[in-house]
Amino acid sequence: MNFTLKIWRQKNGADKGGLVTYEVKGISPDSSFFEMLDMLNQQLIGQGIDPVSFDHDCREGICGTCSLYINGRPHGPLKGVTTCQLHMRSFRDGEAIFIEPWRCGAFPVIKDLIVDRSAFDRIIQSGGYVSVNSGGIPDANAIPVPKHDSDASFDAAACIGCGACVASCPNASAMLFVSSKVSHLALLPQGRIEAERRVQNMVATMDSLGFGNCSNTYACEAECPKEISVANIARMNREFLAAKVFAEKEKKVSFSL
Amino acid sequence: MINLNAGAPQGPLSEQWASYKSGCKLVNPNNKRKLDVIVVGTGLAGASAAATLGQLGYNVKVFCYQDTPRRAHSIAAQGGINAAKNYQNDGDSVYRLFYDTIKGGDYRARESNVYRLASISPQIIDLCVAQGVPFAREYGGLLANRSFGGTQVSRTFYARGQTGQQLLIGAYSALSRQIAEGSVTLYNRRDILDVVIVDGKARGVIARNLVTGEIERYSAHAVVLASGGYGNVFYLSTNAMGSNVTPAWSAYRKGALFANPCFTQIHPTCIPVHGEFQSKLTLMSESLRNDGRIWVPKEKSDVEKLRKKEIKPTDIPEERRDYYLERRYPAFGNLVPRDVASRAAKERCDAGYGVGSTGLAVYLDFSAAIKRLGREAIAARYGNLFQMYEQIVDEDPYQTPMMIYPAVHYTMGGLWVDYDLMTTVPGLYAIGECNFSDHGANRLGASALMQGLADGYFVLPYTISNFLSSEIHTPSIDTGLPEFEAAAKSVRERLDSLKNTNGKESVDHFHKKLGKIMWEYCGMARNEAGLNKALGLIAELKADFTANVRIPGGLNEYNPELEKAWRVQDFIELGELMVRDALQRNESCGGHFREEYQTPDGEAMRDDEKCAFVGAWEFRGSGSEPELHREELRFETVTPSQRSYK
Amino acid sequence: MALAGLFLVVFLLVHLGINLLLLANDDGQAFSAAANFMGTNAVIRVMEPVLFGGFLLHMLFGLLVSFRNRASRPVRYQHKSLSETSPLSKYMFHSGIIVFIFLVLHLIDFYFIKVGLVAPPAGVERHDFYHRSLALFADKGYSAAYMVGFLFLGFHLNHAVQAAFQTMGFNHSKYTGAVKAGSTIYSVIVAGGFMIIPLWFMISR
Repeated sequence: MNFTLKIWRQKNGADKGGLVTYEVKGISPDSSFFEMLDMLNQQLIGQGIDPVSFDHDCREGICGTCSLYINGRPHGPLKGVTTCQLHMRSFRDGEAIFIEPWRCGAFPVIKDLIVDRSAFDRIIQSGGYVSVNSGGIPDANAIPVPKHDSDASFDAAACIGCGACVASCPNASAMLFVSSKVSHLALLPQGRIEAERRVQNMVATMDSLGFGNCSNTYACEAECPKEISVANIARMNREFLAAKVFAEKEKKVSFSL
Repeated sequence: MINLNAGAPQGPLSEQWASYKSGCKLVNPNNKRKLDVIVVGTGLAGASAAATLGQLGYNVKVFCYQDTPRRAHSIAAQGGINAAKNYQNDGDSVYRLFYDTIKGGDYRARESNVYRLASISPQIIDLCVAQGVPFAREYGGLLANRSFGGTQVSRTFYARGQTGQQLLIGAYSALSRQIAEGSVTLYNRRDILDVVIVDGKARGVIARNLVTGEIERYSAHAVVLASGGYGNVFYLSTNAMGSNVTPAWSAYRKGALFANPCFTQIHPTCIPVHGEFQSKLTLMSESLRNDGRIWVPKEKSDVEKLRKKEIKPTDIPEERRDYYLERRYPAFGNLVPRDVASRAAKERCDAGYGVGSTGLAVYLDFSAAIKRLGREAIAARYGNLFQMYEQIVDEDPYQTPMMIYPAVHYTMGGLWVDYDLMTTVPGLYAIGECNFSDHGANRLGASALMQGLADGYFVLPYTISNFLSSEIHTPSIDTGLPEFEAAAKSVRERLDSLKNTNGKESVDHFHKKLGKIMWEYCGMARNEAGLNKALGLIAELKADFTANVRIPGGLNEYNPELEKAWRVQDFIELGELMVRDALQRNESCGGHFREEYQTPDGEAMRDDEKCAFVGAWEFRGSGSEPELHREELRFETVTPSQRSYK
Repeated sequence: MALAGLFLVVFLLVHLGINLLLLANDDGQAFSAAANFMGTNAVIRVMEPVLFGGFLLHMLFGLLVSFRNRASRPVRYQHKSLSETSPLSKYMFHSGIIVFIFLVLHLIDFYFIKVGLVAPPAGVERHDFYHRSLALFADKGYSAAYMVGFLFLGFHLNHAVQAAFQTMGFNHSKYTGAVKAGSTIYSVIVAGGFMIIPLWFMISR
């Protein structure tokens, strides 16, 4: 198969960047999207051109490293897969393929198609955990969890933190990402204990980082490679409203021995 | 000759760890604050260690090459994590997990370490549940278990087919909490290119900032390597594209011994290779063998027709199918350990019964299970795996059997460590897949996650305090010391020379060549002639690489080709060491199958008389051959026997 | 924004109910009675400024959120988005603006006349909404513009009602389907209900 690629090239964060057109020929329909880009890069190296930089690692759809906004959709045309799981048989022979980086003020471009998603780390650092230390833990079966809750929690926890939700959202909102973490922990008895604090802190951090607001277009759910439901966003809203209204003020306690 | 003494406490196995913990030296909280620890890698081992050390009060600096710690390749582990909880009341115990692991490792692991691992395993599950890891549960609200290859009990905890991901998110969350509290500093997008040794102790690392290209120096009182395995030496493996041996290799070049490098695990259930352009192999979880039956046709005529696609596998009647695992190993059937399953597949394919267009594939058939349990039950267990398979191969495994073939998956070898998980360099620790310790010559399924987390959450935090307690008077290490200067300079020189080679071929070209040599001569089956040939081929490749590699882009910018070049250069050297190790080990055991040492019916033949040792290699300079040291393995609790799964 | 929006949703139903009385063949008696009630009842009088507040809040938040949302993506994509979204949800700002323009004209035509800000056309008493309506609907151009206005209000509501539930945290595996269907039904009733009136006058003439 042959393709015309229109790829965003940008030397670094300060560079303006723009689309550059490349041609690739003789691509097997069974090759993955990245294998196609690998071939392009081998071709470019041969011609003495700087190869295209893109984020990728596990190439099996679980690490969340890969990104790419392909023909107007994050992770390309297929539902429920990451770019690394996309194969060229999903494209028409001779098709022009636009490849762009995730676009969001909170995800600045590092080079070409690579963006900095450390904003997600900062959101998790502000509360995406259960505050337990590695000692003094009760037996695992001492905390029974209804199977339904556990399964729903897993569905939310399946998030791979790739950022497709932000990339697809017309508002570059991170609500699906944040709500999946909030839901994952809020649905479990272990996570309930600090649920009120968690949701308030995580939402505050999200807002401070320059992501947009949710206007319920549900593009995030449609593009999420793990098909995480927007029901999680509703759950987060619910948790947030309840926490704002009902949570007591945090008291600063100081003591000396 | 270095005296390799593991230094396990005296006394019966079951009491060693307790006695170590009661006897080891501690560091008081005020002093912990003054001690710096570097952790390289943020997979299960690295993230859990960094989080726990931070929680204890040490100053931790943690490094990963990925953009965030949550992407480390532990995330790709599918099947589950073992723990001797005996929640199923099916006869499991710490001793049995210990025994299964030693036996599964073909009696090439150290009893003391493995026993400790088994005894810690229940605590891991407790902690992970408390962190909010959503393990599978029964309707009663308690945890569910599944069985796994090489065992006769159900002790594997799992979170659908994404156990590694969920455990890593747990560890990453714990790490994030410490980062927020300021006890851990994260350095992402960094390659660790050298370990710095000052006065015989590991005191820091040299990192390359992958975004800016800057060469950075970091110091600490101790360095922990948790940089994972080296399966990518084969080019095609189930590892992530960025997985590399570089931190471990730099430690080796600085004096840490590298143990059992030839022990690599070839996983039996991967999607077969389909073309030259392929960059990566995808694993299908071993848990599939719980319900799938593995077979090839009995008749060569059927094989021919299948390869030409004249008939479909479903056209072959039951009596013309050879369920070779069930035939050869009636007791364990499709659940034999990985090495046995992989070799059996290779044996059938070598004999000409392989299917698929390349003849290098066997069937994994779910039709019986679907008939017995219904499509829904199978979808509930393996839905995501089936989907993944269909996505890659474009065939529906509910309708037609999957095609699978073995692929490189895990490396049991790694830096030699003692009972404290310390390498032969004082203050330099290796944990997780990066060390060699617990899996012997073959790792059982669902044990890698267990080991990574045991090392990070529960072992290293104790053993490192034993070392750091004597460092409380050492002030922060100055990165201006001549040792740092020299290490940074040598890193810069090597980068310059890579960049200035200006040859004709890309890095991938050499990596693919290396992979082919390793797979052909040091893969699932090895022999003396082949290994000797490989030594020559690798030497040629090394020279070719030095003269002809071409790296576009600059040194002081984001340059993935430069990163790859450094890694591949290390892989070439490692490949040579693996071949040497395979040559010296005159027996077949676990993942190491020497064709000269097999029984008449093709089973591996171990030599407990001559080969019950850990082979640990010492670097003797670039021009000279490495030196082999042996740690004799003494089995005082279990008696090595020929593994039989019949 | 969602809360204010849901409040407006209730108001629209009341307004529609009264307007449909225009269709009663009683020379405007029922309609005028209702309009008179709305103009004099104490509760309604109190609610009127609240209603205006609701509109203002809804628009203010809408504007704020829209600007913030635009700012969160300083560099836009070259290729247009092909992601599946809730129908018309991406155009809430646009449909909102159209509805707003319509609302201003509507206020000029009725409310401003009533409160005396705008002089009523000759021959129409400023409290007589019935004859004022008849006069306006006699103009085909006006009727068409009126219908276009409500068409966009319909688009706006179709997404807005169910989205407001989602924003308020209501999403349930059993009931959300019904909420979405209800949202569509509501938007059809409101938009359709208001549009029937000029249509009726066009046909009945």
